[in-house]
Amino acid sequence: MSATVLRGAPRRPSAARLGLHRATIELKSFFRERDAVVFTFAMPAVILALLGSIFDGVYPGSDVTSAQYLAPSMIAAGVASTTFINLGTSIAADRDDGTLRRLRGAPMPPSAYFIGKILMALVVTVGETVVLLGIAVVAFDLSLPTDPARWLTFGWVFLLGATACALTGIAASSLARSARSAGAVMNLPYLVLAFISGVFYTPVGQLPEPLVTIGSLFPLKWMAQGFRSVFLPDSILPQEVVPSWEHGRIALVLAAWCIGGMVLCLTTFRWRGRRGR
Amino acid sequence: MTDTPAVRIRGLRKTYGDTVAVAGLDLDVADGEVVALLGPNGAGKTTTIEILEGHRDRDAGEVSVLGHDPARTDLDWRAQIGIVTQDGGDLLELTVREAVGHFAHYYPRHRDPDQAIDLVGLTEKATERVRTLSGGQRRRLDVAIGVVGRPRLLFLDEPTTGFDPQARRQFWALIRRLADEGCTILLSTHYLEEAEALADRVAVIMGGRIVADATPATLGGRATARTVVRWADGRQETDDPAGLIATLTRRYGGTVPGLTVSRPSLEDIYLDLIGDAS
Ligand SMILES: Nc1ncnc2c1ncn2[C@@H]1O[C@H](COP(=O)(O)OP(=O)(O)O)[C@@H](O)[C@H]1O
Ligand SMILES: [Mg+2]
Repeated sequence: MSATVLRGAPRRPSAARLGLHRATIELKSFFRERDAVVFTFAMPAVILALLGSIFDGVYPGSDVTSAQYLAPSMIAAGVASTTFINLGTSIAADRDDGTLRRLRGAPMPPSAYFIGKILMALVVTVGETVVLLGIAVVAFDLSLPTDPARWLTFGWVFLLGATACALTGIAASSLARSARSAGAVMNLPYLVLAFISGVFYTPVGQLPEPLVTIGSLFPLKWMAQGFRSVFLPDSILPQEVVPSWEHGRIALVLAAWCIGGMVLCLTTFRWRGRRGR
Repeated sequence: MTDTPAVRIRGLRKTYGDTVAVAGLDLDVADGEVVALLGPNGAGKTTTIEILEGHRDRDAGEVSVLGHDPARTDLDWRAQIGIVTQDGGDLLELTVREAVGHFAHYYPRHRDPDQAIDLVGLTEKATERVRTLSGGQRRRLDVAIGVVGRPRLLFLDEPTTGFDPQARRQFWALIRRLADEGCTILLSTHYLEEAEALADRVAVIMGGRIVADATPATLGGRATARTVVRWADGRQETDDPAGLIATLTRRYGGTVPGLTVSRPSLEDIYLDLIGDAS
Protein backbone atom coordinates (compact mmCIF):
# COMPACT_ATOMS: atom_id res chain seq x y z
CA MET A 1 0.00 0.00 0.00
CA SER A 2 2.68 2.47 0.96
CA ALA A 3 4.68 1.07 -1.93
CA THR A 4 2.17 2.55 -4.38
CA VAL A 5 2.40 5.88 -2.64
CA LEU A 6 6.17 5.81 -2.87
CA ARG A 7 6.45 4.61 -6.45
CA GLY A 8 9.00 6.68 -8.30
CA ALA A 9 10.18 8.26 -5.05
CA PRO A 10 13.91 8.60 -4.48
CA ARG A 11 15.45 5.66 -2.66
CA ARG A 12 16.36 5.79 0.98
CA PRO A 13 20.13 6.03 1.60
CA SER A 14 22.02 2.81 2.35
CA ALA A 15 22.71 1.51 5.85
CA ALA A 16 26.46 1.94 5.26
CA ARG A 17 26.11 5.63 4.38
CA LEU A 18 23.77 6.27 7.29
CA GLY A 19 26.16 4.36 9.57
CA LEU A 20 28.95 6.75 8.55
CA HIS A 21 26.72 9.72 9.31
CA ARG A 22 25.91 8.24 12.66
CA ALA A 23 29.61 7.75 13.39
CA THR A 24 30.30 11.46 12.85
CA ILE A 25 27.34 12.40 15.06
CA GLU A 26 28.47 9.92 17.72
CA LEU A 27 32.05 11.23 17.68
CA LYS A 28 30.95 14.84 17.93
CA SER A 29 28.66 14.00 20.83
CA PHE A 30 31.35 11.92 22.56
CA PHE A 31 34.12 14.49 22.45
CA ARG A 32 31.78 17.34 23.40
CA GLU A 33 30.53 15.56 26.48
CA ARG A 34 33.09 16.05 29.21
CA ASP A 35 31.94 13.14 31.40
CA ALA A 36 32.33 10.60 28.66
CA VAL A 37 35.74 11.91 27.66
CA VAL A 38 37.04 11.94 31.24
CA PHE A 39 35.69 8.55 32.25
CA THR A 40 36.49 6.49 29.21
CA PHE A 41 39.29 8.37 27.48
CA ALA A 42 41.36 10.32 29.98
CA MET A 43 41.15 7.96 32.95
CA PRO A 44 43.43 5.21 31.59
CA ALA A 45 45.98 7.84 30.58
CA VAL A 46 45.90 9.42 34.03
CA ILE A 47 46.21 6.03 35.73
CA LEU A 48 49.18 5.11 33.52
CA ALA A 49 50.88 8.42 34.24
CA LEU A 50 50.26 8.14 38.01
CA LEU A 51 51.02 4.45 38.58
CA GLY A 52 53.93 4.65 36.17
CA SER A 53 55.55 7.42 38.21
CA ILE A 54 54.81 5.78 41.57
CA PHE A 55 56.06 2.28 40.76
CA ASP A 56 59.80 1.98 40.85
CA GLY A 57 62.42 -0.59 40.09
CA VAL A 58 63.56 -3.09 37.48
CA TYR A 59 62.42 -6.70 37.35
CA PRO A 60 65.28 -9.09 38.16
CA GLY A 61 66.81 -10.87 35.19
CA SER A 62 65.58 -8.22 32.76
CA ASP A 63 65.94 -4.51 32.07
CA VAL A 64 62.17 -3.89 32.19
CA THR A 65 61.03 -1.21 34.63
CA SER A 66 57.74 -1.41 36.53
CA ALA A 67 56.34 1.45 34.46
CA GLN A 68 57.27 -0.29 31.23
CA TYR A 69 55.60 -3.46 32.45
CA LEU A 70 52.48 -1.49 33.32
CA ALA A 71 52.23 0.31 29.95
CA PRO A 72 51.08 -2.52 27.63
CA SER A 73 48.63 -3.74 30.28
CA MET A 74 47.21 -0.22 30.54
CA ILE A 75 46.77 -0.19 26.76
CA ALA A 76 44.59 -3.27 27.15
CA ALA A 77 42.66 -1.56 29.95
CA GLY A 78 42.36 1.50 27.71
CA VAL A 79 40.88 -0.61 24.92
CA ALA A 80 38.40 -2.10 27.38
CA SER A 81 37.51 1.36 28.61
CA THR A 82 36.89 2.89 25.18
CA THR A 83 34.91 -0.14 23.98
CA PHE A 84 33.23 -1.90 26.91
CA ILE A 85 32.54 1.11 29.18
CA ASN A 86 32.07 3.58 26.34
CA LEU A 87 29.50 1.49 24.47
CA GLY A 88 27.80 0.14 27.59
CA THR A 89 27.21 3.57 29.11
CA SER A 90 26.46 5.40 25.87
CA ILE A 91 23.88 2.85 24.70
CA ALA A 92 22.23 2.81 28.14
CA ALA A 93 22.07 6.60 27.91
CA ASP A 94 20.62 6.39 24.39
CA ARG A 95 17.92 4.07 25.68
CA ASP A 96 17.13 6.37 28.60
CA ASP A 97 17.16 9.83 27.01
CA GLY A 98 15.01 8.99 23.99
CA THR A 99 17.79 8.65 21.38
CA LEU A 100 16.86 5.07 20.52
CA ARG A 101 13.17 5.89 20.38
CA ARG A 102 13.77 8.83 18.06
CA LEU A 103 15.99 6.74 15.81
CA ARG A 104 13.48 3.90 15.71
CA GLY A 105 10.87 6.48 14.74
CA ALA A 106 12.97 7.52 11.75
CA PRO A 107 13.44 5.27 8.72
CA MET A 108 16.84 4.12 9.99
CA PRO A 109 18.05 0.58 9.32
CA PRO A 110 19.03 -0.79 12.77
CA SER A 111 22.46 -1.75 11.46
CA ALA A 112 23.23 1.95 10.84
CA TYR A 113 23.05 2.54 14.59
CA PHE A 114 25.52 -0.24 15.37
CA ILE A 115 27.86 0.74 12.54
CA GLY A 116 27.91 4.27 13.96
CA LYS A 117 28.58 3.08 17.51
CA ILE A 118 31.33 0.66 16.50
CA LEU A 119 33.10 3.17 14.23
CA MET A 120 32.92 5.71 17.03
CA ALA A 121 34.39 3.23 19.51
CA LEU A 122 37.10 2.27 17.01
CA VAL A 123 38.22 5.86 16.45
CA VAL A 124 38.22 6.60 20.19
CA THR A 125 40.09 3.35 20.89
CA VAL A 126 42.81 4.05 18.32
CA GLY A 127 43.16 7.57 19.73
CA GLU A 128 43.39 6.22 23.27
CA THR A 129 46.01 3.67 22.27
CA VAL A 130 48.14 6.34 20.58
CA VAL A 131 47.92 8.56 23.68
CA LEU A 132 48.90 5.70 26.03
CA LEU A 133 51.76 4.60 23.78
CA GLY A 134 52.90 8.23 23.61
CA ILE A 135 53.00 8.53 27.40
CA ALA A 136 54.80 5.19 27.73
CA VAL A 137 57.44 6.10 25.13
CA VAL A 138 58.03 9.68 26.25
CA ALA A 139 57.73 9.33 30.04
CA PHE A 140 58.75 5.73 30.67
CA ASP A 141 61.21 4.95 27.83
CA LEU A 142 59.19 2.10 26.42
CA SER A 143 60.78 1.19 23.09
CA LEU A 144 58.49 0.39 20.17
CA PRO A 145 59.27 -2.94 18.48
CA THR A 146 60.81 -2.94 15.01
CA ASP A 147 60.01 -6.56 14.21
CA PRO A 148 56.92 -6.66 11.91
CA ALA A 149 55.87 -9.96 13.48
CA ARG A 150 55.34 -8.14 16.78
CA TRP A 151 53.15 -5.52 15.11
CA LEU A 152 51.19 -8.31 13.48
CA THR A 153 50.59 -9.73 16.98
CA PHE A 154 49.59 -6.25 18.12
CA GLY A 155 47.11 -6.07 15.24
CA TRP A 156 45.25 -9.28 15.94
CA VAL A 157 45.24 -8.87 19.72
CA PHE A 158 43.89 -5.34 19.28
CA LEU A 159 41.23 -6.40 16.81
CA LEU A 160 40.02 -9.47 18.72
CA GLY A 161 40.25 -7.76 22.11
CA ALA A 162 38.45 -4.60 21.00
CA THR A 163 35.72 -6.61 19.25
CA ALA A 164 35.17 -8.87 22.26
CA CYS A 165 34.95 -5.92 24.65
CA ALA A 166 32.73 -3.89 22.30
CA LEU A 167 30.21 -6.70 21.87
CA THR A 168 30.20 -7.41 25.60
CA GLY A 169 29.66 -3.70 26.26
CA ILE A 170 26.71 -3.53 23.85
CA ALA A 171 25.15 -6.55 25.56
CA ALA A 172 25.87 -5.20 29.06
CA SER A 173 24.13 -1.91 28.23
CA SER A 174 20.81 -3.73 28.69
CA LEU A 175 21.72 -4.54 32.32
CA ALA A 176 21.66 -0.89 33.35
CA ARG A 177 18.19 0.23 34.36
CA SER A 178 18.95 3.85 33.58
CA ALA A 179 21.67 6.09 32.25
CA ARG A 180 22.53 7.12 35.81
CA SER A 181 23.17 3.58 36.95
CA ALA A 182 25.06 2.67 33.78
CA GLY A 183 28.30 4.27 34.95
CA ALA A 184 28.37 2.09 38.06
CA VAL A 185 27.13 -1.01 36.28
CA MET A 186 29.92 -0.76 33.72
CA ASN A 187 32.77 0.59 35.86
CA LEU A 188 32.53 -1.86 38.73
CA PRO A 189 33.25 -5.03 36.73
CA TYR A 190 35.83 -3.09 34.74
CA LEU A 191 37.80 -2.02 37.81
CA VAL A 192 37.58 -5.45 39.43
CA LEU A 193 38.76 -7.09 36.21
CA ALA A 194 41.58 -4.59 35.83
CA PHE A 195 42.86 -5.67 39.25
CA ILE A 196 42.49 -9.41 38.89
CA SER A 197 43.86 -9.35 35.34
CA GLY A 198 47.16 -7.96 36.62
CA VAL A 199 46.78 -4.51 35.08
CA PHE A 200 46.83 -2.32 38.19
CA TYR A 201 48.50 -5.02 40.25
CA THR A 202 51.84 -5.90 38.69
CA PRO A 203 53.32 -8.24 37.80
CA VAL A 204 50.45 -10.57 37.10
CA GLY A 205 52.49 -13.57 38.35
CA GLN A 206 52.32 -12.16 41.92
CA LEU A 207 48.51 -12.23 42.08
CA PRO A 208 46.93 -14.85 44.40
CA GLU A 209 46.04 -17.90 42.36
CA PRO A 210 42.22 -17.85 42.84
CA LEU A 211 42.11 -14.30 41.51
CA VAL A 212 44.22 -15.23 38.49
CA THR A 213 41.88 -18.14 37.80
CA ILE A 214 38.84 -15.84 37.82
CA GLY A 215 40.65 -13.17 35.80
CA SER A 216 41.61 -15.76 33.20
CA LEU A 217 37.96 -16.33 32.37
CA PHE A 218 37.70 -12.80 30.96
CA PRO A 219 39.24 -11.13 27.92
CA LEU A 220 41.16 -8.34 29.66
CA LYS A 221 43.82 -10.63 31.15
CA TRP A 222 44.54 -12.14 27.74
CA MET A 223 44.55 -8.86 25.86
CA ALA A 224 47.02 -7.41 28.40
CA GLN A 225 49.23 -10.49 28.09
CA GLY A 226 49.12 -10.18 24.29
CA PHE A 227 50.21 -6.54 24.40
CA ARG A 228 53.02 -7.32 26.85
CA SER A 229 54.29 -9.93 24.38
CA VAL A 230 54.48 -7.17 21.77
CA PHE A 231 56.29 -4.51 23.79
CA LEU A 232 58.36 -6.43 26.37
CA PRO A 233 61.38 -8.70 25.89
CA ASP A 234 61.09 -12.42 26.60
CA SER A 235 63.39 -11.91 29.60
CA ILE A 236 60.30 -10.71 31.51
CA LEU A 237 58.48 -14.06 31.05
CA PRO A 238 59.32 -15.32 34.59
CA GLN A 239 56.99 -12.57 35.93
CA GLU A 240 54.03 -13.99 33.98
CA VAL A 241 51.61 -16.59 35.34
CA VAL A 242 53.19 -19.22 33.10
CA PRO A 243 56.57 -18.57 31.46
CA SER A 244 55.11 -18.34 27.95
CA TRP A 245 53.14 -15.71 26.01
CA GLU A 246 50.52 -18.34 25.08
CA HIS A 247 49.49 -16.68 21.81
CA GLY A 248 47.28 -19.61 20.82
CA ARG A 249 45.33 -19.45 24.05
CA ILE A 250 44.99 -15.66 23.82
CA ALA A 251 43.47 -15.97 20.35
CA LEU A 252 41.16 -18.74 21.51
CA VAL A 253 39.79 -16.92 24.59
CA LEU A 254 39.35 -13.60 22.78
CA ALA A 255 37.63 -15.26 19.81
CA ALA A 256 35.32 -17.14 22.18
CA TRP A 257 34.35 -13.83 23.80
CA CYS A 258 33.69 -12.34 20.37
CA ILE A 259 31.29 -15.15 19.55
CA GLY A 260 29.69 -15.18 22.99
CA GLY A 261 29.37 -11.39 22.96
CA MET A 262 27.71 -11.48 19.56
CA VAL A 263 25.21 -14.11 20.73
CA LEU A 264 24.45 -12.04 23.85
CA CYS A 265 23.92 -8.91 21.74
CA LEU A 266 21.54 -10.66 19.38
CA THR A 267 19.53 -12.25 22.19
CA THR A 268 19.41 -9.43 24.76
CA PHE A 269 19.51 -6.12 22.91
CA ARG A 270 16.51 -3.92 23.79
CA TRP A 271 15.49 -0.89 21.75
CA ARG A 272 12.93 0.19 24.32
CA GLY A 273 13.60 1.62 27.74
CA ARG A 274 11.59 1.04 30.89
CA ARG A 275 8.62 3.12 29.74
CA GLY A 276 8.14 1.70 26.29
CA ARG A 277 6.37 -1.54 27.07
CA MET B 1 -5.46 10.72 -1.84
CA THR B 2 -7.12 7.48 -0.72
CA ASP B 3 -10.45 6.52 0.79
CA THR B 4 -8.90 4.73 3.75
CA PRO B 5 -8.43 7.12 6.65
CA ALA B 6 -4.90 8.04 7.68
CA VAL B 7 -5.58 6.51 11.10
CA ARG B 8 -8.26 3.97 11.96
CA ILE B 9 -8.57 2.53 15.48
CA ARG B 10 -11.18 0.01 16.62
CA GLY B 11 -11.45 -1.46 20.11
CA LEU B 12 -7.90 -0.56 21.15
CA ARG B 13 -6.90 -1.88 24.56
CA LYS B 14 -3.71 -1.61 26.58
CA THR B 15 -3.07 -2.44 30.22
CA TYR B 16 0.02 -2.06 32.37
CA GLY B 17 -0.29 -4.61 35.15
CA ASP B 18 -3.54 -3.64 36.85
CA THR B 19 -3.75 -0.22 35.21
CA VAL B 20 -6.08 -0.08 32.22
CA ALA B 21 -4.54 2.73 30.16
CA VAL B 22 -6.65 2.31 27.01
CA ALA B 23 -10.03 0.62 27.39
CA GLY B 24 -11.63 -0.01 24.02
CA LEU B 25 -10.86 3.12 22.04
CA ASP B 26 -12.27 3.92 18.58
CA LEU B 27 -10.98 6.81 16.48
CA ASP B 28 -10.58 7.78 12.83
CA VAL B 29 -8.39 10.51 11.39
CA ALA B 30 -9.11 11.37 7.76
CA ASP B 31 -6.43 12.34 5.28
CA GLY B 32 -5.53 16.01 5.69
CA GLU B 33 -7.45 16.37 8.94
CA VAL B 34 -6.18 17.93 12.17
CA VAL B 35 -7.52 15.97 15.13
CA ALA B 36 -6.93 16.84 18.78
CA LEU B 37 -6.93 14.10 21.39
CA LEU B 38 -8.06 16.12 24.40
CA GLY B 39 -7.95 14.73 27.90
CA PRO B 40 -6.54 15.17 31.39
CA ASN B 41 -3.27 13.62 32.60
CA GLY B 42 -3.41 9.84 32.71
CA ALA B 43 -6.30 9.63 30.24
CA GLY B 44 -4.28 7.42 27.88
CA LYS B 45 -3.14 9.93 25.26
CA THR B 46 0.54 9.03 25.21
CA THR B 47 -0.18 5.31 25.27
CA THR B 48 -2.55 5.63 22.31
CA ILE B 49 -0.20 7.80 20.29
CA GLU B 50 2.83 5.60 20.97
CA ILE B 51 0.89 2.54 19.85
CA LEU B 52 0.07 4.37 16.61
CA GLU B 53 3.76 5.24 16.19
CA GLY B 54 4.78 1.61 16.64
CA HIS B 55 6.64 2.42 19.87
CA ARG B 56 4.41 0.35 22.16
CA ASP B 57 2.62 -2.96 21.79
CA ARG B 58 -1.13 -3.18 22.17
CA ASP B 59 -3.12 -5.86 23.96
CA ALA B 60 -6.12 -5.91 21.64
CA GLY B 61 -7.88 -4.01 18.90
CA GLU B 62 -7.45 -3.13 15.26
CA VAL B 63 -5.09 -0.33 14.33
CA SER B 64 -4.23 0.92 10.89
CA VAL B 65 -1.90 3.86 10.25
CA LEU B 66 -1.45 4.89 6.60
CA GLY B 67 -2.84 1.49 5.71
CA HIS B 68 -0.40 -0.49 7.86
CA ASP B 69 -0.46 -2.12 11.27
CA PRO B 70 2.10 -0.07 13.22
CA ALA B 71 3.22 -3.21 15.07
CA ARG B 72 4.51 -4.62 11.77
CA THR B 73 5.98 -1.88 9.65
CA ASP B 74 8.91 -1.19 7.40
CA LEU B 75 11.19 1.75 6.79
CA ASP B 76 9.13 3.04 3.83
CA TRP B 77 6.20 3.43 6.21
CA ARG B 78 8.42 5.16 8.77
CA ALA B 79 9.55 7.64 6.11
CA GLN B 80 5.96 8.94 5.86
CA ILE B 81 5.43 9.45 9.60
CA GLY B 82 6.65 12.36 11.69
CA ILE B 83 6.89 12.01 15.47
CA VAL B 84 7.16 14.67 18.15
CA THR B 85 7.32 13.03 21.57
CA GLN B 86 6.46 14.48 24.93
CA ASP B 87 9.87 14.24 26.55
CA GLY B 88 12.92 14.06 24.29
CA GLY B 89 16.19 14.67 26.16
CA ASP B 90 18.64 13.58 23.48
CA LEU B 91 20.92 15.33 20.97
CA LEU B 92 22.18 17.67 23.72
CA GLU B 93 25.74 18.09 22.47
CA LEU B 94 24.83 18.79 18.85
CA THR B 95 23.89 22.14 17.38
CA VAL B 96 20.36 22.68 16.12
CA ARG B 97 21.56 22.55 12.52
CA GLU B 98 23.60 19.37 13.09
CA ALA B 99 20.62 17.66 14.70
CA VAL B 100 18.08 18.57 12.01
CA GLY B 101 20.63 17.99 9.24
CA HIS B 102 21.40 14.53 10.57
CA PHE B 103 17.76 13.46 10.62
CA ALA B 104 17.22 14.85 7.12
CA HIS B 105 19.63 12.16 5.88
CA TYR B 106 17.25 9.36 6.75
CA TYR B 107 14.42 10.58 4.53
CA PRO B 108 14.37 10.22 0.74
CA ARG B 109 12.47 13.45 0.00
CA HIS B 110 13.51 15.58 2.95
CA ARG B 111 13.22 19.33 3.32
CA ASP B 112 16.27 21.54 3.36
CA PRO B 113 17.27 21.43 7.07
CA ASP B 114 17.62 25.22 7.20
CA GLN B 115 14.09 25.54 5.84
CA ALA B 116 12.77 23.22 8.55
CA ILE B 117 14.65 25.25 11.17
CA ASP B 118 13.20 28.44 9.73
CA LEU B 119 9.71 26.96 9.74
CA VAL B 120 9.85 26.51 13.51
CA GLY B 121 11.51 29.88 14.04
CA LEU B 122 14.86 28.65 15.34
CA THR B 123 17.07 30.25 12.71
CA GLU B 124 18.94 32.43 15.20
CA LYS B 125 19.63 29.33 17.29
CA ALA B 126 20.84 27.18 14.39
CA THR B 127 24.46 27.13 15.53
CA GLU B 128 23.73 26.84 19.25
CA ARG B 129 24.01 23.57 21.17
CA VAL B 130 20.69 21.87 21.86
CA ARG B 131 21.72 21.80 25.53
CA THR B 132 21.34 25.58 25.71
CA LEU B 133 17.77 25.75 24.33
CA SER B 134 14.79 26.65 26.51
CA GLY B 135 11.94 24.17 26.91
CA GLY B 136 9.88 25.83 24.20
CA GLN B 137 12.79 26.03 21.78
CA ARG B 138 13.58 22.42 22.46
CA ARG B 139 10.00 21.39 21.51
CA ARG B 140 10.27 23.45 18.34
CA LEU B 141 13.48 21.61 17.49
CA ASP B 142 11.58 18.35 17.98
CA VAL B 143 8.98 19.60 15.53
CA ALA B 144 11.68 20.59 13.01
CA ILE B 145 13.05 17.04 13.21
CA GLY B 146 9.50 15.68 13.02
CA VAL B 147 8.76 17.49 9.76
CA VAL B 148 12.17 17.52 8.05
CA GLY B 149 11.26 14.31 6.20
CA ARG B 150 8.01 15.79 4.81
CA PRO B 151 5.73 13.33 6.63
CA ARG B 152 2.19 12.67 5.39
CA LEU B 153 1.12 12.14 8.98
CA LEU B 154 2.47 13.95 12.02
CA PHE B 155 1.99 12.88 15.65
CA LEU B 156 2.48 15.51 18.36
CA ASP B 157 2.16 14.46 22.00
CA GLU B 158 1.31 17.43 24.23
CA PRO B 159 3.60 19.70 22.23
CA THR B 160 2.90 22.91 24.18
CA THR B 161 2.92 21.69 27.78
CA GLY B 162 4.94 24.19 29.80
CA PHE B 163 4.77 26.97 27.20
CA ASP B 164 3.94 30.53 28.13
CA PRO B 165 0.85 31.95 26.36
CA GLN B 166 2.85 33.78 23.71
CA ALA B 167 4.98 30.76 22.83
CA ARG B 168 1.80 28.72 22.63
CA ARG B 169 0.24 31.14 20.09
CA GLN B 170 3.40 31.00 17.96
CA PHE B 171 3.32 27.25 18.11
CA TRP B 172 -0.30 27.18 16.99
CA ALA B 173 0.61 29.28 13.96
CA LEU B 174 3.28 26.72 13.12
CA ILE B 175 0.83 23.81 13.35
CA ARG B 176 -1.64 25.66 11.12
CA ARG B 177 1.07 26.17 8.52
CA LEU B 178 1.87 22.48 8.51
CA ALA B 179 -1.83 21.66 8.18
CA ASP B 180 -2.07 24.11 5.26
CA GLU B 181 0.74 22.20 3.57
CA GLY B 182 -1.59 19.19 3.61
CA CYS B 183 -0.03 17.29 6.51
CA THR B 184 -2.45 15.11 8.48
CA ILE B 185 -2.00 15.86 12.18
CA LEU B 186 -2.97 14.00 15.34
CA LEU B 187 -2.02 15.96 18.43
CA SER B 188 -2.74 15.36 22.06
CA THR B 189 -3.30 18.12 24.56
CA HIS B 190 -4.84 18.79 27.91
CA TYR B 191 -5.55 22.42 26.99
CA LEU B 192 -9.08 22.99 25.84
CA GLU B 193 -8.30 26.26 24.04
CA GLU B 194 -5.57 24.50 22.12
CA ALA B 195 -7.92 21.83 20.82
CA GLU B 196 -10.47 24.50 19.94
CA ALA B 197 -7.89 26.70 18.18
CA LEU B 198 -6.21 24.01 16.11
CA ALA B 199 -8.40 21.04 15.46
CA ASP B 200 -10.92 20.25 12.76
CA ARG B 201 -12.16 17.64 15.19
CA VAL B 202 -11.77 17.13 18.92
CA ALA B 203 -11.84 13.67 20.44
CA VAL B 204 -12.18 13.84 24.22
CA ILE B 205 -10.39 10.95 25.89
CA MET B 206 -11.08 9.94 29.47
CA GLY B 207 -10.14 6.73 31.24
CA GLY B 208 -8.82 5.27 27.99
CA ARG B 209 -12.06 5.82 26.05
CA ILE B 210 -13.29 8.45 23.63
CA VAL B 211 -16.22 10.11 25.42
CA ALA B 212 -16.98 12.69 22.73
CA ASP B 213 -15.82 13.18 19.15
CA ALA B 214 -16.99 16.24 17.21
CA THR B 215 -15.98 19.58 15.73
CA PRO B 216 -15.17 22.20 18.37
CA ALA B 217 -18.46 23.97 17.56
CA THR B 218 -20.66 20.92 18.12
CA LEU B 219 -18.73 19.14 20.85
CA GLY B 220 -20.97 17.63 23.52
CA GLY B 221 -24.12 18.91 21.76
CA ARG B 222 -22.93 22.48 22.26
CA ALA B 223 -24.64 23.78 19.09
CA THR B 224 -28.02 22.44 20.16
CA ALA B 225 -27.68 22.89 23.91
CA ARG B 226 -30.40 24.89 25.64
CA THR B 227 -29.70 28.55 26.12
CA VAL B 228 -29.39 29.94 29.61
CA VAL B 229 -31.10 33.29 30.27
CA ARG B 230 -30.11 35.05 33.49
CA TRP B 231 -31.48 38.26 34.94
CA ALA B 232 -31.36 40.07 38.26
CA ASP B 233 -34.05 37.97 39.94
CA GLY B 234 -33.76 34.62 38.12
CA ARG B 235 -32.28 32.12 35.73
CA GLN B 236 -34.00 29.84 33.21
CA GLU B 237 -32.93 27.33 30.53
CA THR B 238 -34.91 27.56 27.35
CA ASP B 239 -35.12 26.53 23.71
CA ASP B 240 -36.78 29.85 22.87
CA PRO B 241 -34.66 32.64 24.36
CA ALA B 242 -36.34 35.34 22.23
CA GLY B 243 -39.79 34.41 23.54
CA LEU B 244 -38.59 34.33 27.15
CA ILE B 245 -36.91 37.74 26.84
CA ALA B 246 -40.08 39.19 25.31
CA THR B 247 -42.10 37.89 28.28
CA LEU B 248 -39.54 39.29 30.74
CA THR B 249 -39.52 42.68 29.00
CA ARG B 250 -43.27 42.85 29.33
CA ARG B 251 -43.11 41.86 32.98
CA TYR B 252 -40.49 44.53 33.86
CA GLY B 253 -42.22 47.06 31.60
CA GLY B 254 -38.98 47.86 29.77
CA THR B 255 -35.31 46.96 30.30
CA VAL B 256 -34.74 43.65 32.09
CA PRO B 257 -32.19 44.27 34.91
CA GLY B 258 -28.93 42.21 34.65
CA LEU B 259 -29.99 40.32 31.51
CA THR B 260 -27.48 37.83 30.02
CA VAL B 261 -28.09 35.16 27.39
CA SER B 262 -25.50 32.40 27.06
CA ARG B 263 -24.82 29.01 25.55
CA PRO B 264 -22.75 26.66 27.71
CA SER B 265 -19.06 27.38 27.05
CA LEU B 266 -16.81 24.70 25.61
CA GLU B 267 -15.23 24.57 29.02
CA ASP B 268 -18.59 23.81 30.68
CA ILE B 269 -19.13 21.00 28.17
CA TYR B 270 -15.62 19.62 28.62
CA LEU B 271 -15.80 19.68 32.41
CA ASP B 272 -19.19 17.94 32.18
CA LEU B 273 -17.74 15.29 29.88
CA ILE B 274 -14.72 14.43 31.96
CA GLY B 275 -16.73 14.81 35.15
CA ASP B 276 -19.34 12.28 33.99
CA ALA B 277 -16.77 9.79 32.81
CA SER B 278 -14.72 9.75 36.00
N1 LIG C 1 5.01 2.34 30.92
C1 LIG C 1 3.99 2.37 31.79
N2 LIG C 1 3.95 1.49 32.82
C2 LIG C 1 2.93 1.49 33.69
N3 LIG C 1 1.88 2.33 33.64
C3 LIG C 1 1.84 3.24 32.65
C4 LIG C 1 2.89 3.31 31.68
N4 LIG C 1 2.59 4.30 30.81
C5 LIG C 1 1.42 4.82 31.22
N5 LIG C 1 0.96 4.19 32.32
C6 LIG C 1 -0.32 4.48 33.02
O1 LIG C 1 -1.35 4.40 32.06
C7 LIG C 1 -2.26 5.47 32.22
C8 LIG C 1 -2.31 6.32 30.96
O2 LIG C 1 -1.08 6.97 30.80
P1 LIG C 1 -0.70 7.87 29.54
O3 LIG C 1 -1.02 7.13 28.30
O4 LIG C 1 0.69 8.32 29.72
O5 LIG C 1 -1.73 9.09 29.72
P2 LIG C 1 -1.62 10.61 29.24
O6 LIG C 1 -0.59 10.70 28.17
O7 LIG C 1 -3.00 10.93 28.76
O8 LIG C 1 -1.27 11.42 30.46
C9 LIG C 1 -1.80 6.25 33.44
O9 LIG C 1 -2.53 5.75 34.54
C10 LIG C 1 -0.35 5.89 33.56
O10 LIG C 1 0.05 5.94 34.90
MG1 LIG D 1 1.10 11.88 28.04
